[in-house]
Amino acid sequence: MAQENGHLFGSGHTACAGCGQAIAARLVVDVTGKNTIIANNTGCLEVFSTKYPESAWGVPWIHSLFENAAAVASGIEVALKYLGQKENTHVICQAGDGGTADIGLQALSGMWERGHDILSICYDNEAYMNTGVQRSGLTPFETSTSTTPIGKLSLGNPRPKKPMPEIAVAHGLVYVATASAGYPQDIQKKIKKAISLKGPKYIQIHVPCPLGWRHDSQLTYDIGKLAVETGLYPLVEYENGKLTSVRKLTKIKPVEEYLKFQGRFKHIMSSPELIKQIQAVADYNIERYGLKMEVAASAAVPVTSQPKA
Amino acid sequence: MFGPLLSKAITAKANKTGSWRVDVKPKFLRKDCIACKMCVLICPEACVTGDAKNTYMCDYEFCKGCGNCAAICPKKDIAMVKEEEK
Repeated sequence: MAQENGHLFGSGHTACAGCGQAIAARLVVDVTGKNTIIANNTGCLEVFSTKYPESAWGVPWIHSLFENAAAVASGIEVALKYLGQKENTHVICQAGDGGTADIGLQALSGMWERGHDILSICYDNEAYMNTGVQRSGLTPFETSTSTTPIGKLSLGNPRPKKPMPEIAVAHGLVYVATASAGYPQDIQKKIKKAISLKGPKYIQIHVPCPLGWRHDSQLTYDIGKLAVETGLYPLVEYENGKLTSVRKLTKIKPVEEYLKFQGRFKHIMSSPELIKQIQAVADYNIERYGLKMEVAASAAVPVTSQPKA
Repeated sequence: MFGPLLSKAITAKANKTGSWRVDVKPKFLRKDCIACKMCVLICPEACVTGDAKNTYMCDYEFCKGCGNCAAICPKKDIAMVKEEEK
């Protein structure tokens, strides 16, 4: 059942103003359409979209525990196959970054290994936002969170971000991609592509969180975009283990542009040494994925292109 | 107590989250609109509607006033104005 204006993820959910996850969740379910069944890990998305006895979802949606949405989704997919209904139904297993990279990884890895035809989505807001901004496996380097606070002996999260897309690629998935709430049409394009393929798929969507990242609510879109434009969150696509597309950038911005709006990086902005360390992360991504577009004087400028073999 | 808890679809509409707005609200100026639908795509509340140029509007019963529609509008045709303004 859709809302009057056609959206399958409706108004009235209790996310904070400017929630990036609410933007991405609606974009995803609007593309997959009404023949979709969603299994959801515990997380912000589960809590704000289904405040019992209400639900913001227009499609069948199930939540069981923090770690087992992938197992639940596997069961749904097998049942649909048995009933002969899998052809016209999409199964989505979705979670936040904690539910994907830490707590739910075991069940998710099993689901990928068994090769179920399920689209897994990770809404990556880079910490456990629902319980009060604790550090997760996908929290970036030197981020201030409530479990990695700034002090005399601490500069924030001491570990780099877990390379979740690569873990997915190593499972031999048919399609792995990263997307960002700063590029809504890109999210829709990637979801469309994912559901057209058979087999396990993984899409990781970068979703700014005004509360946890401590930025103004109207900056959600801009910050999502800046993470990509600085090279800190490269938008890439892998098909059958091969890197097939990278969003190239004509002008790569310095990381300060991205960091300066966010309270969680306030300590970095006052130290040129720390900015250099974050810039090194971006430079690594730029080098590794070849994010810089070589502008030919005459040629038209494509948005994405094939990487050099 | 034990067993699944069930909810009906789209029942969250009972929460009139428009009351969350504290200071500003979006105003659709309807002058330079090119119907690119970016405001519809970005609205976290799914409350922006419209189908042709200069017809877009938002449902103030649900709008939380985050301002992302104004941020994304390529024509700057959405302004964030004070709550009292008509």
